[in-house]
Formats: sequence, structure tokens, C-alpha cells
Amino acid sequence: MTLIKSALAIVEKDLKAEFHSKEMLSVMLVFALIVLVIFNFAFDVKKQIVQDIFPGMIWITFYFSGLLGLNRSFFIEKNQDCLLGLMLAPVDRSVIFVGKMLSNFIFLLIIEILTLPLFFIFLNIALPQNLALFFLVLFLGSLGFVAIGTFLAALSVNTRASDILLPVLLFPVLIPVVLGSVAATKGIFLNMPITDWSIWLKILGVYDLLFIVVPFMLFEILLEV
Amino acid sequence: MIELIDITKKIGDKVILKNISFKVSSGEFITVLGPNGAGKSTLFKILALLMKPTSGTLKIGGVQVKDGGINLRAKLGVISHNSFLYDSLSARDNLMFYAKMYGLDLAEKAVKEVIRQVGLELSYYQAVKTFSRGMLQRLAIARCLLTNPEIVLLDEPYTGLDQQAIGILNKVLLSLKEEKRTVLMITHNFEEGVEFSDRIFIINRGQLIFSEPNNFEIKTLKDIYLQKVGITA
Repeated sequence: MTLIKSALAIVEKDLKAEFHSKEMLSVMLVFALIVLVIFNFAFDVKKQIVQDIFPGMIWITFYFSGLLGLNRSFFIEKNQDCLLGLMLAPVDRSVIFVGKMLSNFIFLLIIEILTLPLFFIFLNIALPQNLALFFLVLFLGSLGFVAIGTFLAALSVNTRASDILLPVLLFPVLIPVVLGSVAATKGIFLNMPITDWSIWLKILGVYDLLFIVVPFMLFEILLEV
Repeated sequence: MIELIDITKKIGDKVILKNISFKVSSGEFITVLGPNGAGKSTLFKILALLMKPTSGTLKIGGVQVKDGGINLRAKLGVISHNSFLYDSLSARDNLMFYAKMYGLDLAEKAVKEVIRQVGLELSYYQAVKTFSRGMLQRLAIARCLLTNPEIVLLDEPYTGLDQQAIGILNKVLLSLKEEKRTVLMITHNFEEGVEFSDRIFIINRGQLIFSEPNNFEIKTLKDIYLQKVGITA
């Protein structure tokens, strides 16, 4: 109970800080919109081609704009040694990971909610028949990304080249989640039978669990390093 | 209240602290002096339960620290040269956040009270990024006092303070002493705060080389310090 309350306090603090500064969301949103415009110009918008590459387009956009958010998320904790302030609190330090992960997840969801309709409009893509499954894949793909991303952002924030180090560390580890998200999204948009791509959904679920449990257990050790 | 028995901290092959042992009684005010690189900050981090020693035993309130000492952390208040406060949040929101992290009841009332104590009532809803260095340190003091800690640890608390903020910090230290709270202040500044100390420790090259009751005038203490750390005046 204390864990949940403390994690929610961190989420509330992050949302308030972002509401006042608007540093993270604005950059993430602008980046996502720029990528959308570039895709729109760069690719021939023939329906069949776009439908094939659409899943890759949206996930590339979400993951790269999410990366900008992850980079920022621990910078606000580094300023004035706020991370030490959090570590002094009489709660399990894994709470910091849970709180920051939830904040990053909310920020990424906000970007997805704001930009996804524009993707459908600009690229002239019809909504998938099974919206619930699409939202499930969005949820799982985003959760896996922010879970391991939050952990690696905490790991890299104290290094001199953290902006560069984070993507170098993150994307190789993230490959199963990227593949799973893109393949499952493609299955949904091409109306393929679920049996053909459900394995990717399972892979996403397993990696999400792994990317939450392992960082949760290792976070206290990471903070001491 | 605080007891260190043979505390050693190594980082890689480098020995940062070597067999540090001392005891601080409840209500005592200790000042730890030492040159740069002496191991003061490492000692501070171990005492604040932010870092585990490589070997040795740390007891707080008679209880040996194990597994990060989650429950013992509630007894500690920390004031550092960094404020641990978020720039974009107001004074109120910063302290409300810490109140929630410490599970305080009647948080809003407690926050208002400590902000009044440090004289920042008029800046209650003001964003911390607009604060001067002195105001920031006053709010950091309020953050520390919010949890009503039994032990207060201070790490170079006078760094960058203006005269008004120094005056407020001195007032706070005096009240902590009068309230018989255990205070351990780490500093290299002889000019401020040392007068409140019951005992003086000097650390050099990771070792506790001096531990005496504070019966000294500042000049005498400076001479002793310079002699102990190997610099002649």
C-alpha cells in the first residue's frame, strides 16, 4: 500500500512539474509531428504500401519521441540532487522506479493519443476492425518500452554522455518489444487471423513482465552505483 | 543515538574511509571538519543511509542498520548544500510531495507550519525556480524539519548563503540544539555553526584523527586543525 501511495506521489509530482514547465511533452509532441510530416513527404502514399509500413511508422515515432521523454525524466531528479532526496524517504527505493515508469508511461500515452488520429488522417489509413486489440498492443508496446527505458535512463543519467548512451543501451535490449509491437500491429491492420500473430502478443507480454520485474529488483543496487 | 564501529568504505581498490568508530549520544551536536577529499561526504552518505559501508557496523537509535534501514530513514533529516527541491514546483507542492513520501498525516498543516518557521509564508505558492539561494536553503531547512527528525545531518549547509540565510540557519541550529536533537554537521567552514558544537571531529585521509569536546576558541581550533591535517600556518 505504501509502495503504491509513494509511487503515485512521484507520478503526481512529475505531472505537476511537467504541467508547469511543459518541457518534456512539448518536445515529444513536436518531434512526433515532425516525423509524421516527414513520413508523409518521404513515402509514396499508395494505400497498399502505406498499410504495410504503417505499423513500423507509428512505433518508430512513438519510441523515438518517447526516448526524448526518457532522457529528460531523470534530469529533473539530478538537478539539486533531488534523487538523493527521494532516496532518503522511508520507502523501498524501487518505488522510485515504479513512480518514474508510470510517469513516463502516462507521457507516452498522451503523445500517442494526440498523434495517432493525425497518423490516420495524414496517411489515409482506416481504423482497424479490432480496436480493442490495437489498444492492447499499444499498451503492451508502450509499457515494455518505458519499463526498460526508465531503468536505463536512471543508469545513464550520471554519465557524461547520457543523451547518447541511453539509445545505445536501450534499442538493442528493446528489439523483442519493437518486433512484437510492429508485427502484432501489422497483424491487426492487415486483418490477419489472430493465430498468425498471437505469438508476438505473448512475446510482448513476457518481455513487459521481464522488463518490469528485473529493473524493480535491481533498482536499489543501481542507485548505489 | 548514532554509533559507528570500524566503518570502512572502499571504492574499487581505493580506501575512502578506514576503520571509523565513534559514538554520538542523543542530543549531542557534533561538527566534523576535514579537508577536501578527506572522506567527509562519504561519511555523510553512510550516515544518511544513502551508501552502504564496505565493512563495519552502523547503529542508529541502538538499532543496527540492515537492508538500507527503511524504517530508520524516518528518524533522519538531511540538509545539504543542494536543496533536493524541484525548480518547477511551488514551495507548497515541493513540501507536500515530501510529506506524502514520508506518509505524514495532516500534511498541509505541517507544511504551512514549517514554511512559517523559515519565514517563507509569502512565497507559499511561488515556484522554487524564482527563489534566491538563501530562500532555497530556507525551504530546504523547512523540508528537513517537516518530518520532525530525531537526527539532523548537515552537509556543508552554509555553502553559498547570504547573511540573512546564515542568520536563519544559525537560528535553526540553535533551536535544534535547544530541542536536544542529535545533530551532525559536516563542514570545512570554521566561521559558522562550529560554536554550537559539543564535540569536534577531524577527518583526514579517511581516518578520524581528532575527537575532543569543543572548548576551543575558533583560532585555537584552526591551529589544531592545520596541525592535524599536516599544514602549518
